Formats: sequence, structure tokens, C-alpha cells
Amino acid sequence: MGRKIKVLVAKPGLDGHDRGAKVVARALRDAGMEVVYTGLRQTPEQIVNAAIQEDVDVIGLSCLSGAHNTLFPKIMKLLKEKNADDIMVIAGGIIPPDDHPGLKEIGIAKIFTPGTSTQDIIQFIKENVKT
Amino acid sequence: MFDLDQVKKISEKKEEWNQTKVKKVVERFGERKEKFTTSSDIEVKNLYTPAEIADMNYLKDLGFPGEFPFTRGVYPTMHRGRTWTMRQYAGFGTAEESNKRYKYLLEQGQTGLSVAFDLPTQIGYDSDHDLAQGEVGKVGVAIDSLADMEVLFDGIPLDKVSTSMTINAPAAILLCMYMAVAEKQGVSFDKLSGTIQNDILKEYIARGTYIFPPTPSLRIITDIFEFCSKNLPRWNTISISGYHIREAGATAVQEVAFTLGNGIEYVERAIKAGLDVDDFAPRLSFFFNAQMNLLEEVAKFRAARRIWAKLMKERFGAKNPKSMMLRFHTQTAGSALTAQQPMNNIIRVTLQALAAVLGGTQSLHTNSFDEALGLPTEESVRIALRTQQIIAHESGVIDTIDPLGGSYYVEALTNQIEEEVMKYLKKIEEMGGMAKAIEAGFVQNEIQESAYKYQRAVEAQKEIIVGVNQFIVDSEEEIEILKVDPELEVRQIQKLKELKNNRDQAKVDAALKAVREAAQGTDNLIPPIYEAVKVYATLGEICGVLREVFGEYQAALI
Repeated sequence: MGRKIKVLVAKPGLDGHDRGAKVVARALRDAGMEVVYTGLRQTPEQIVNAAIQEDVDVIGLSCLSGAHNTLFPKIMKLLKEKNADDIMVIAGGIIPPDDHPGLKEIGIAKIFTPGTSTQDIIQFIKENVKT
Repeated sequence: MFDLDQVKKISEKKEEWNQTKVKKVVERFGERKEKFTTSSDIEVKNLYTPAEIADMNYLKDLGFPGEFPFTRGVYPTMHRGRTWTMRQYAGFGTAEESNKRYKYLLEQGQTGLSVAFDLPTQIGYDSDHDLAQGEVGKVGVAIDSLADMEVLFDGIPLDKVSTSMTINAPAAILLCMYMAVAEKQGVSFDKLSGTIQNDILKEYIARGTYIFPPTPSLRIITDIFEFCSKNLPRWNTISISGYHIREAGATAVQEVAFTLGNGIEYVERAIKAGLDVDDFAPRLSFFFNAQMNLLEEVAKFRAARRIWAKLMKERFGAKNPKSMMLRFHTQTAGSALTAQQPMNNIIRVTLQALAAVLGGTQSLHTNSFDEALGLPTEESVRIALRTQQIIAHESGVIDTIDPLGGSYYVEALTNQIEEEVMKYLKKIEEMGGMAKAIEAGFVQNEIQESAYKYQRAVEAQKEIIVGVNQFIVDSEEEIEILKVDPELEVRQIQKLKELKNNRDQAKVDAALKAVREAAQGTDNLIPPIYEAVKVYATLGEICGVLREVFGEYQAALI
């Protein structure tokens, strides 16, 4: 592989629980990826703009507040509008199983639920990202 | 505490036992782990004897329940007198729905209310704000104005229940709304009992629902201390919270160190603002986490009580024993719950709740088994409440005070936790206090380091989580999850619109102007906020004014 995989770890919405996002960011870095973390309270527009500006291969969304069904579709729609839907989007947090099919339908590549090993996330990215 | 000749003999005998009996067995069969440690990386020995606590002085270090240094409990009779307050953190959707849940919980024997607000409310936005989209009513109840608060407490006599409100940055506004509801019910302020969390420092460290920068935030808190010391004598003005610090990944030692560090900062600010320590310190309360390592948790609570008592007496010169009593609420650890085999969480919660009870908690929230998957259902929250009731009424552990006191291990661990906490507090002191240590990112880094270390230990199977990295089943049974109706956001926004059309706008404008003037000056902010709340100025409007005057906090990225 020519260059490092670049990942934007993002916290959309008002949820402040970022332990998982930070642990994942650190694990991805340790696995040799370049990682940008947005910090808290990002709007879908801010996340999509940052992803395009930073030219990332992957966006990792983290949400535990239950707002995923509102925020994730907005992000996917904006990516499409800006012709950036080649960026792979993965998600994690408290996302009930019933919501998974709908989120996969709008193009989220994988949903990682609590208890996921960071190694599984790393492996999934390495196997599925287009660089 | 012991006959020193005896202790010497015990030490020698223990050494001999280790060298002969133990060594032989370990050489042949090994032990389960190379090294045994607690969550705080304190080494756990194979056996504890009087030798490990030989230099303790019973009267000085432990004393009696209800007496300095309160190691064995803050009250003389503890849970023999009455059980802790059983307080389930609850709230979702609209005020109507949450009101129903509260009445259900009270009917089921809950003894105090605990209000969960949604994120827009916690961050000072009305439900119609752009940033509130998708968040209204999700993690708690949506409160835009006094009108919602009136519905939330409809039919609940505020002189009979005590209410804990998990609210921080806009705590002053929610407290004023609560006072206004009381006034309408004809309940005088001196009868109100309960707690506002009101702990902004841990928001910057761990939880993220801050609004204003630290300096004005701390001023609001001091204003609340002052106002309540005169008007709401039974109200806990702050709940200095380690819970979220622990959830963010801190160890037990870090939880106590950073929580008490925050406590020190609040006390110092209030004293600097001219308050007498004994005027406000008796109303300070604490909030801790109960994690899985049962005995370390018990030791943690005991150590925290002793450290705080000493700090208040020796450092701040408190005279009133009530100022030295660390009273605390406990919540079982949300982060310990697993989405895998969720029924196992009932057992986890039981052990954690037991730790809190053995540690002498004043109030307790037990998590529901489905919380790694969504909001609790009526069934799961009832089981969580029953867990407390079974410990209280069937287990017998509360029939004597501090039953683990005197355990060689628990006492040794209590001492070690105190020692490690004091090292942290010294370090924070050298950095110029907690606000400075937070600004420098020190506290956040320490917590993140622990969180990452734990995650790696789990992945390396050095920490076992049943059902997650061992004892896995192939197919998980699906359980019912509570869903919040997305339509309620629309209804809440509609209600807000109607409120704004029907209120006296001139009164609102004048009240908001008074809030602005108080914020710009040095007058206590609570009276003008109370007036604004009463004429139905919204939470978003009041916070908006304060945002303009105080600015907003920008977190540094690390």
C-alpha cells in the first residue's frame, strides 16, 4: 500500500460520551493509520466538510444519544451531494439492532456495537477501504 | 492496632508460609495470573494479615460512624436507621411521559426522584434549535420552559419527595423552574430537598455538556451556593461527580483524586468569593461510580470519606462536623454493562450495588440490564429497583454498620487508595489547582491513558468480560428495547411555539434584560433568573443571554 489510510473520527450531535471514539482513534493510530478527531458537537455539515478538506478514506461516526437516525442520514446525503460518497463510513455507539438495516441501506458500511474489539475495526478498515 | 510482638510473629510466619507452602504449590501449578492488581494497578497480595495494617490507629484512622474522620460512615446509625434513598435516574420524551414514569417508580417503592434531561436541555438549547435536531427527548426529558416543568411534576408533592436533577451548565435555570413549581404548589423553599448536579469541572474533563468557559461557570456555581445557603437550607447545591470521570475510563484512584480535586476547587472559589466554609460545605454532596471490583470499590468509598473529612478540617478549617461529612450518591457502572448476553448485567449491577451499600452510600441508582442497547423499559427498570430492595431487605448486609471494616485486605486497600489519591492531589496542587490541571489537559490525558490501557487488557484477554471476550454464545437472543417516538420532537416544538405566542413578551424582554445586567455585573444571578423563569422565558433564551455575556467554552483537542 502506497500511503497511510486516513480516518476522520467524528462525534455528531450533542452527545459527550467520547471514551469509545478516543480509544478507537488511538488504536487506529497505533495500527499505522492517520487519524483526525473532530471533537464534540459536530454538525453533519462540519463533519462532511472536514472529511473532504482532510481528504480522508474513512469516516468513523460515534453516537450514543439515540440521534443516529436523524444525524447519520444527513451525513450520507451531504456526502452524496458533494460527490464524496467514495469515502467509506462506519459507525459505532449505542445503536439498537432494529436500526441497523436502515443505516446499512443508506450506505453505512459497518456498525460496530459495544464490546467490539479495536482489532476488528482495524481489520475491517484495512480490508474494505479503497485507497 | 495490634500487639507489635504478635505482628512481628505473624510477619515471620507469613514469610515462612510463602517460602515453603505457597512457593511449592506455585512452582508446580502456577497461579491464574502473573500479577494480581486492582483497577488502579494496586498490587493485590495473596493474603492479608494484621501485619499489612499494623501501623493503623483505630481511633484516629477509623473512629466511629458519625464521627471524624467518618471512615466507617457519616451517620451514627447508617442503614440500620433507614435504608439509602432508592433513586432511579429516569426521564425521556416529553414531560407528560416522564411524569408517568415517575409516578410508576414511586408506586413501585422508589423513595426519591432523579430527573434525566435530554441533551438540548443540558446544553441550554430549546427544542427548536438547529443543534437539537434528533436529540429532543432522547436521553432524557425535554424541558424548554416552566410550562414543561409544571407538567413534569404534576401531582407530585415537592414537600414530600426529594428530587435529584442531573443538570450542570444550566443548573441555575432548572433549579429556578423547580422553585417556581414549588411556589405554585404552595410549598415554601425551606421544605425543598434534593440535589442539582451543578458540577461543571467534570463536564470539561469527562462528560462534555459544558456551555460557558470555566471562570463564569464557577461564578454561577458560587452564586447558587450563596443563594441556597440563605433560601433553600435543605438543598444539596452540588453533587461533585466522579461518576462520569470513571465512565470515561479513570481508575478507582483517579475517580476519587479528580473528584476531590474538583471539590477543593469549588471550596476555594466559594471562600474567595467571601463565603464562610461552614455556611455552604454542609450542603456539598458527592456522586460516585460503582464498578466491578467489589472490594476495591468498598475501600474507595471509605478512603474518599476519610480524605475529604481531613481536607475540610485541616486545610479549610471547617468547624461544623457536617462540613466534613462526605455524603454521596452512587450509580452502578454503565460502562460495565454489555450488549452481549444482556441478562448477565443484572448480576453485574447486583455486585456493584452491593459495593455501594457496603461502602455506605446515601443514595443509589441501579442501572437497567438493557442500557448498553437503549433506554430502559418499564420491566428492566423495575428489576433494577428490585435489586436494591432485595439487597436492603433480604441480604442482611445492612444490619450492622460498615461490615467489611476491619478486614485486613479492605483496610490495607483503603490506606493504599488514600495514599495514591494524595499523590495525585499533591501533583494537581503543584500545577496550580484543578482548573489549571484541566486546562493543561493533564486530567483528560491521565483518564484516556487508563481507558486505552483497559481496552488493550480486554483485547489481550488479561481482563475477562463474560460474554464478550470469553464464554461467548453464537446467537444472541433479542430483547425488547424502548423506542422514543420521533414525532414527539415535532409536538415539543409546536408546544414551544404556542408558549411563545401566549406569554407576555414585554415581561420576558424586561426579565432577560435584568439577567443580562446581573451577568455583566457581580450581583447574584439567581434572583433575576427566577423572575425570568416565572414569566416563561425559555431555557434557550436565558442561556442565550448568558452565552452573549460569558462566551462559550471551546474544548482543546488532544
